[in-house]
Amino acid sequence: MTDFLSHLDIFCFIIAALVASTPLVLAAMGGVMSERSGVVNIALEGIMLTSAFAGYAAAVATHNLWLGVLVAIVAGMLIAALHAVLSIQFLVDQIVSGTVINILAIGITGSFYRTYIQNSELAGTGVLPALHLNFLPNAPFIGVITLAALALIPIVHFLLFRTVFGLRTRACGEHPLAAETAGINVYFVRYSNVILSGALAGLGGAYFTLQQIGNFLPNMTGGRGFIALAAMIFGGWTPVGAFLASLLFAGADALSGRLQIGGVQLPYQIVGMLPYVLTIVVVAGAVGRAVAPAADGKPYKKS
Amino acid sequence: MKLDRALRQRLFAAVVLPLVSVLCGFIVAGVAVVVTGSDPIEAFTALFQGAFTNERAFPETLVAMVPYVFLGLAVALGFRAGLFNIGAEGQFYLGAIFGVLAAASLHGLPGIVHIPLALASGMLGGFIWAAVPGLLKARFGAHEVITTIMLNYVAFQLTDFLINKGPMSDPHSSAPRTAFIDPAAQLPTLLAGSRLHLGLILAVLAVPVVWFLIQRTTIGFRIRTVGFSQGAARAAGISVGWTLVLAMGISGALAGLAGADEILGVSHYMPASFSVGYGFDSIAVALLARSNPWAILPSAFLFGAMRNGAAFMQLQTQVSSDLISIVQAIVIMFVAAPAMVRWILRLREVPVGGLQITQRETAGVSSET
Repeated sequence: MTDFLSHLDIFCFIIAALVASTPLVLAAMGGVMSERSGVVNIALEGIMLTSAFAGYAAAVATHNLWLGVLVAIVAGMLIAALHAVLSIQFLVDQIVSGTVINILAIGITGSFYRTYIQNSELAGTGVLPALHLNFLPNAPFIGVITLAALALIPIVHFLLFRTVFGLRTRACGEHPLAAETAGINVYFVRYSNVILSGALAGLGGAYFTLQQIGNFLPNMTGGRGFIALAAMIFGGWTPVGAFLASLLFAGADALSGRLQIGGVQLPYQIVGMLPYVLTIVVVAGAVGRAVAPAADGKPYKKS
Repeated sequence: MKLDRALRQRLFAAVVLPLVSVLCGFIVAGVAVVVTGSDPIEAFTALFQGAFTNERAFPETLVAMVPYVFLGLAVALGFRAGLFNIGAEGQFYLGAIFGVLAAASLHGLPGIVHIPLALASGMLGGFIWAAVPGLLKARFGAHEVITTIMLNYVAFQLTDFLINKGPMSDPHSSAPRTAFIDPAAQLPTLLAGSRLHLGLILAVLAVPVVWFLIQRTTIGFRIRTVGFSQGAARAAGISVGWTLVLAMGISGALAGLAGADEILGVSHYMPASFSVGYGFDSIAVALLARSNPWAILPSAFLFGAMRNGAAFMQLQTQVSSDLISIVQAIVIMFVAAPAMVRWILRLREVPVGGLQITQRETAGVSSET
């Protein structure tokens, strides 16, 4: 082995993984909220892409990065609301609805990118403030969205498992009819959760443009929404589990990058496959069984 | 004149719904063009010219249609078994890898042997790549949506590994790509001076074959029964597990055929960025056709035309070729939500029902084993 993992470097590596896991953990927590209420959300990818773009566009227009973050979150909520309307109101198959949004996101962001960004002389927006650890000079900066994501993990956990709203959410995901009988408005709970999941994924989208590079590139989320979906499953539909899984996946990704630079003989693509293969293994139940909420993906029709 | 009710419903599902969906798709895309500050008439004119009226445009539209036919059939066949095969893109890659393997490594065979061999090899690649999620679903109840999405990414990484300075890369080229295939394995062109190749005929022939498979064979009957109700299929003594594996496998084989055909007919080698989303688009192709094999032809033709025309539109105007994604998304949305179209057209009836695609009894991870 080469010295690509020296002593202090381990810490830098962990921080790099932590930073890279930001969009994953945010989107995965969004997925947890949505699926706990019974709505499968494969639209996370499209929501992040749209929010990444909307946040960047707003930051460019207003010269205010914070406003950009806010717009990214609102955009995420709007796109998620579309998913909610299609799948809850019009009873569209939830996978189809998610696919619609993922394709739509590519179309919308691609079209606007070409008109407003690609051929213009716009300067980048710069990036959000970040924390720099003085004792680790080589560690990557820890941006505010990463810190926000870390803070949100216990909040989402508390919301889901320690509040009435969380209890209702889980009831709707397990047995909507029983929930309705107990006087819970299933539609309202599902709508709120899907829209909240859009807010989380939207913040995750802002990471790409406003924290990571300060620019927008077409399809820059590059399938991170699907990895987040995997992290959600891997983490057993819990916020903490989703965070740990995101960290693992981001770590595998960072490791694959280092192997490439370090000239290690193991092909980096093999390491790159790890998150996906792991997810398949987990979904197949080989490493601890991941059990989805019982009514996850089932449309609920008021009778 | 009053059409009888059943006929009206079928007419709505087969003709009105797809047409209105496509129309709405273009209207929404047109609005997007206006919002980005361009002229929609100009954009759609360029799209039309690029797809049909420009020199060599029409053969190119047919070239783009070919993979859509195979892939659309692949996804549609999955739907008929109640399976959502999002992995067509990955199976498309595996088909290309297996196809190029057989087509580039063997030499001296006559075309009549070499071409079918390479195509069959591609089908095998797609079959394997899709049978795995089928097996995982049948044995462990792993949802195919998750496993096929994941296998797509594994396929991309695998392709990169093989082609980018890997075991399959061309030693004489600095670009990440495979060697050229044996000339004997190239599909003959149908029209001199164009890229239109024999694959078009194969694609058109695949439609009745798949129709026959679904509607007139025992396997097809099992697939349809499992898609209709797994419980009923089980009660009728059909092995649900094996039917799922087989349905996924056949679906993957069709996607693999698309990949091998693309290598043998169009590129003649495999570049690193092989597909540009053909597999993902094919979900829309199959949905627009409502999983009917015959309807795949017009649906694939439309998507081929859009893809081909979009490139010219992007050259000619300020409008991005990504615009067609908006059309696609809206088309799927309306086809999947007939209630919305009826609402727009102010139709009172409540027949047909939403497009039942997958057996929603098993979401995320199911417990059926």
